Amino acid sequence: MVAPAKKPYRVIGSRPVRPDGTDKVTGRANYGSDIRLPGMLYGRVLRSPHAHARIVRIDPSKALAHPGVKAVITQADFPAAEDVITDLGETASNLKWLVDNVLASDRALYHGHAVAAVAATDPHVAEDALGLIEVEYEPLDPVLSVHEAMAEAAPRIHPHMHTVEMLARFSPGPRSEHDIPNAASHLRLEIGDLEQGFAEAEIVIEREYETGTAHQGYIEPHNGTALWNESGELTVWLSTQGPFMMRDQLARMLKLPVSKIRVIPMEIGGGFGGKIPMYMEPMAAALSRKTGRPVKMIMQRDEVLLGTGPTSATYVRVKLGARRDGTLTAAEAYLAYEAGAYPGSPVGAGGMCMFSPYSIPHQRADCYDVIVNKPKVSAYRAPGAPAGAFAMESALDELAEQLDIDPLELRQRNAAVDGTRRIDGAAFRSIGNEAVMRAAEESPHWNSELQGENRGRGIAMGYWGNGGLESSAYATVNRDGTVGLVLGSVDIGGQRAALAMQIAETLGIDYEQVKPIVVDTDSIGYTAVTGGSRTTFASGWAVHEAGLEIRRELEARAARIWEVDAALVHYDDDGVIRGPEDRSLSFAEIAGQLHRTGGTVQGKADVMPEGTGPAFACHIVDVEVDPDTAKVEVLRYTAIQDVGTAIHPDYVEGQIQGGAVQGVGMALTEEYVYDDEGRLRNASLLDYRMPTTLDVPQIETILVEEPNPGHPYGVRGVGEVPIVPPLAAIANAIHQATGVRPRTLPASPRVLLEEMLPEA
Amino acid sequence: MSVPISVTVNGRLHELEVEPRMLLVHLLREELNLTGTHVGCDTSQCGACTVLMDGDSAKSCTVFAVQADGASVTTIEGLSAEGGMHPLQQAFWDEHGLQCGYCTPGMIMSGVDLLDRHPDPSEQEIRRGLDGNLCRCTGYEHIVNAIRDAAGGAK
Repeated sequence: MVAPAKKPYRVIGSRPVRPDGTDKVTGRANYGSDIRLPGMLYGRVLRSPHAHARIVRIDPSKALAHPGVKAVITQADFPAAEDVITDLGETASNLKWLVDNVLASDRALYHGHAVAAVAATDPHVAEDALGLIEVEYEPLDPVLSVHEAMAEAAPRIHPHMHTVEMLARFSPGPRSEHDIPNAASHLRLEIGDLEQGFAEAEIVIEREYETGTAHQGYIEPHNGTALWNESGELTVWLSTQGPFMMRDQLARMLKLPVSKIRVIPMEIGGGFGGKIPMYMEPMAAALSRKTGRPVKMIMQRDEVLLGTGPTSATYVRVKLGARRDGTLTAAEAYLAYEAGAYPGSPVGAGGMCMFSPYSIPHQRADCYDVIVNKPKVSAYRAPGAPAGAFAMESALDELAEQLDIDPLELRQRNAAVDGTRRIDGAAFRSIGNEAVMRAAEESPHWNSELQGENRGRGIAMGYWGNGGLESSAYATVNRDGTVGLVLGSVDIGGQRAALAMQIAETLGIDYEQVKPIVVDTDSIGYTAVTGGSRTTFASGWAVHEAGLEIRRELEARAARIWEVDAALVHYDDDGVIRGPEDRSLSFAEIAGQLHRTGGTVQGKADVMPEGTGPAFACHIVDVEVDPDTAKVEVLRYTAIQDVGTAIHPDYVEGQIQGGAVQGVGMALTEEYVYDDEGRLRNASLLDYRMPTTLDVPQIETILVEEPNPGHPYGVRGVGEVPIVPPLAAIANAIHQATGVRPRTLPASPRVLLEEMLPEA
Repeated sequence: MSVPISVTVNGRLHELEVEPRMLLVHLLREELNLTGTHVGCDTSQCGACTVLMDGDSAKSCTVFAVQADGASVTTIEGLSAEGGMHPLQQAFWDEHGLQCGYCTPGMIMSGVDLLDRHPDPSEQEIRRGLDGNLCRCTGYEHIVNAIRDAAGGAK
């Protein structure tokens, strides 16, 4: 397609207020926990206190005898799940693993693993009833890190599991010849000839890095309300990033056709990848079927931390070869990511992304997906990429130091450009990587002098490939000259606005003339999750196509009104339809005549666009480290990113700022703390420490706009890549400030101080 | 076992019988259907449940309903008595001080308390005033801007 020029858009690039803003600032917006239905029951979940245990017996009789308790369910209340790999969106997964994660079968595999659920007339009664369900456990030894898990003599969490050799990131192949305990799969990504690459090197460094488990930390806990009616039709109201994905999961677990399930997405209070898997929704459905009443379930915060999310704790070893002038000749990585209790860590993305900002002829990444007795990980903003980038960008910093080359200059010398081959063999086209590095070089922050003791500056790059996938939208021209825009993409942070802006641009009308609405799974075509940095890109494409259909139909209507050949009528970009003899009709004028010229006009589109534009980011950070306490203060932060076309620059900045701050949390304070028995010791937001207003400075943003030629408006996904560079940027800054190189994150005072103190 | 309380919410007096373990936030949400006050963490870190109690900000997830006996409570729904929007609500909308919107009512209520104490706050005063409210989406910058905007653009 024609590369989009940086044309002067009318609507795109402006900063209008969001259509859902009024309801969200006045408290009227309806989130999932606000649902109340007649006769509604309240459900709660009983969770395993053990990280690894055989479930000998579950006796619900005392709970069932408790006044107000209406039903108790266990996994036995669900259809048997066959033990086969199915393709579920982005990742292949075994249905039995999915079902077992919702409710444990014969074994609890992590602290917090759901074992039973209860429905009662009141939330307090439901809570009381949990204590009356008798569960007999036989505790087993837990496996709590990738190192323990992959050791020769490690207990096998899934006794029949054998390491699978991945053919590509999402396609499992045969059993590996090298079975490793608890390694669900091995993926090798490779280009060039690694041996040759290291032979050409004049300097080689090899380092190890680890990251802890972090949670997505959305402020709204998971919630779901289900009503399974007498005709066997299931309706679910909930907070989800992907209503259709939820419908798919429910259909598989409940063995229902998708046509029997209607998923109604409520407003969503944050997700970051964590609100895609099913958790309580099938339990609420089963409890509703059992009781004949609607059942509402809301997680408490400790359940959110224990039973959902998190991201993988990781171990990454990286080896770099370079010439004295800084030219990288070879890069090798070994990545082992915790999957939690069931396979499916984003380790492949870690291996895929970490070297991608650079042109390196010989690369290899060995990626292991490792089972441990912790919650099954779910996607978290650029899943897998931050840990890989932490390793690579830290190692590059060490290399720069050894070669006495400026760290940004080292990166610029090796920058991937159009045509550079990535580790998966594909070549980049139209990327803004160099432009981002140049903008960093020219930024006020990089050119400022950092003064004061115990202070340091760090820099790091990040890469993320961004997603495409299916999107559906339709638009109706109203008689008053407005457009009703119906969306399948839930609005998690301004998507109504970003999509309304794109169709307004296509139709040449004002943003305020577009009325966007998000609808349920019975009301629109299949739309993939709001996630993967895909919504403004793919759903934006859908609304643009819908707009083009409206333009064509309105041209035909104008031709009919004027009684001229349709070929002589043209819908111009300013929203005016022009015909022969200076005839013209504004959008509002023709909208008012539709009911006399054949009825309503709608445009609709179902798209699955290729042409996603990859995202590159460079972050610069200044820190000060207290020499006595090792507390790290972030003094200044600048995030530079190629955003393609910024549809709504304030929202683009907001994505970058939010992602960067989550990365700051990963780097400094956020971490799951387990005891030796595998119990999570900090399942609250008091002890799981997310950044507050006082922990971060203003996040300065520099938007580089290299339009993506694969999109009508040049859109690149922007949401995920900002979480990729912060870990290494901060670690590099800490090193400059203290001389200590953090190789384990978070760089909490506990860890850092030990390294900083002079040896006794 | 329930306890009689009388509490004024958004200017209206309510005489209610509540269970002693009922939290104020559940009284507001379940009994009075004021669902703009949100629950995020249950343990008073996130501030999504912030309301005003007798004029001061309070985290309603950590107040028992019986403790509100005799108090006057203002929620996000009662912020603008005349209908229309409170300047802080308008500022959060205008300055894009929200993404998912879940923390927003609590942020705005804390903002009211903050501007009450510091009508012309510095950035540091704003950050200090909001440090009991977590936002996971925005990185806080647009929220700080919104407070500043509501205070009349004071620096």
